Amino acid sequence: MKICVCVKQVPDSWAEKKLTASDSTLDRAAADRVVNELDEYAVEEALRIVEAGEGEVTILSMGPDEAADSVRKAISMGAHAGIHISDPALHGSDALATSLVLAKALEGRGFDLIIFGSESTDARMSVVPAMVSARLGLPQMTFANKVEVNGSNLTIHRVTDYGYDEVQSSLPAVVSVVEKTNEPRYPSFKNIMAAKKAPMETLSLADIGLDAATVGLANAWSEVKDFAERPAKAKGTVITDEGNGAEKIEEFLVTQKFI
Amino acid sequence: MSEVLVLIEHTEGNIKKVSLELLAMAAGIGEPSAVFVGPGADAVLATLGDHGAKTVYVADGQAFLDHVVVPTVDVLAKLVSEKSPAAVLIPSSADGKEIAGRLAVAIDSGVITDAVAVSSDVVATQNVFGGATIVHSKVSKGTPVITVRTNSIAPVQSGGSATRVDVSVEVSAAASATKVVNRVSVEKSGRPDLSEAAIVVSGGRGVGSDEGFASVIEPLADSLGAAVGASRAATDAGWYPHQFQVGQTGKTVSPQLYVANGISGAIQHRAGMQTSKTVVVVNKDADAPIFDLADFGVVGDLHSVVPDLTARVKARK
Repeated sequence: MKICVCVKQVPDSWAEKKLTASDSTLDRAAADRVVNELDEYAVEEALRIVEAGEGEVTILSMGPDEAADSVRKAISMGAHAGIHISDPALHGSDALATSLVLAKALEGRGFDLIIFGSESTDARMSVVPAMVSARLGLPQMTFANKVEVNGSNLTIHRVTDYGYDEVQSSLPAVVSVVEKTNEPRYPSFKNIMAAKKAPMETLSLADIGLDAATVGLANAWSEVKDFAERPAKAKGTVITDEGNGAEKIEEFLVTQKFI
Repeated sequence: MSEVLVLIEHTEGNIKKVSLELLAMAAGIGEPSAVFVGPGADAVLATLGDHGAKTVYVADGQAFLDHVVVPTVDVLAKLVSEKSPAAVLIPSSADGKEIAGRLAVAIDSGVITDAVAVSSDVVATQNVFGGATIVHSKVSKGTPVITVRTNSIAPVQSGGSATRVDVSVEVSAAASATKVVNRVSVEKSGRPDLSEAAIVVSGGRGVGSDEGFASVIEPLADSLGAAVGASRAATDAGWYPHQFQVGQTGKTVSPQLYVANGISGAIQHRAGMQTSKTVVVVNKDADAPIFDLADFGVVGDLHSVVPDLTARVKARK
């Protein structure tokens, strides 16, 4: 079983995030860079599948030079190898370009499973796994909170508004997992050391056979016209409860016509 | 005037409110055309017409029940190539975003997710980074595919009627690659859906236990006809199910009224609720950052304030 987990380096989800004034792209320097939290569930799921049978887990990420740290970080959970797609021309790429690059990098490598976190905590679009599935022509097995591999067949529980759908496909397939699918492990000391020596491919756009004119900010399928910080909310009324807290909220809800 | 395609989200013919909101939004861009896939179109034609749809494209068949996402994409891709609409509007649900993503690939067009407004010249407004930044963006290649959040605009009843046009699409190999073998419904609480609710009553670390949710938070929610939400601290502690988590990871809500009880207001939580229209806060800690968002706040113990408030709301009925 060959599994690839796609991870994204994002600003720490507990930190304030910003756009860059000059080109309206994410200000990557404004906050600590971490592995997208939801991708950790994807790595954990891949490791569990391999540990229940056999195989290897490869981590794939597209991002600037610093994203190599996130690939190593993800490998240190127990994965075996890394692929980092890095090219100055990728700056400002949108989801369509990202999915194009990932699909191109994945093509022909013979992965049985490609696993994503269901969204990134910065862009929060939740579209890249579906787009990669479409581009590779592989079954889309997304929003899973349960993943079961049985021979060359795959069964997932796709989370829905009403509960879940049990969905089946053959392998290879593209999977995304939701938060709380499992309990991601902490990297062990042994695996942190191993990750430093794990094989890592660093590839440019030319290496994966993509023209720079298909990606990046200038070639994006959509553009940011302008952006602004939300104005700070006008300070509301805050009182200290002296036995009358509920009564005061009640009065407020009445004046606002909620009750 | 160009058509604007609106994908109608429904469960077995029960239309989600967001679909009617999107028809109102589409009317500001061009002529709204509803796209209804799966069974149940006959029962809702009048409602869709009354809410501004001039045409309802209907694609029915077993494929929409057997396979996820892709059959709907195939229908929309066909309609886009035949009708050259000004835009395609899709509800910003999990399914909706994936449909939008695949459609964008299929028709080689730009996609914008989680819009809260779309102007007549198809510029979308998004509240990104949990509402901290307001972005205006525009699709620059192809037919704009835009997913729109619930509660972004009020539905409008125009009193019109819609013409039904049937659309047939062959089941593609990509569609049949996945098969739904079982649909499992979890027990419904009887409360409104969290992402669509007009009022959300939420609990955090200060609630203290699962029993606290059952005896303090849920009764207030029920007295107000509200949905229940929870902070990550509460769901991580196992006090309330994860699907009710509001925040950076979890649901994003934008109700008319958000009542935050025992929630400190870490960015993780604010990112999921700070575009709520009115915020009421109950928290013991006067320095909790959640008070910065409060229209009305009480520094006090939720375990005494909230039950008292519940009793008062009930007494008014």
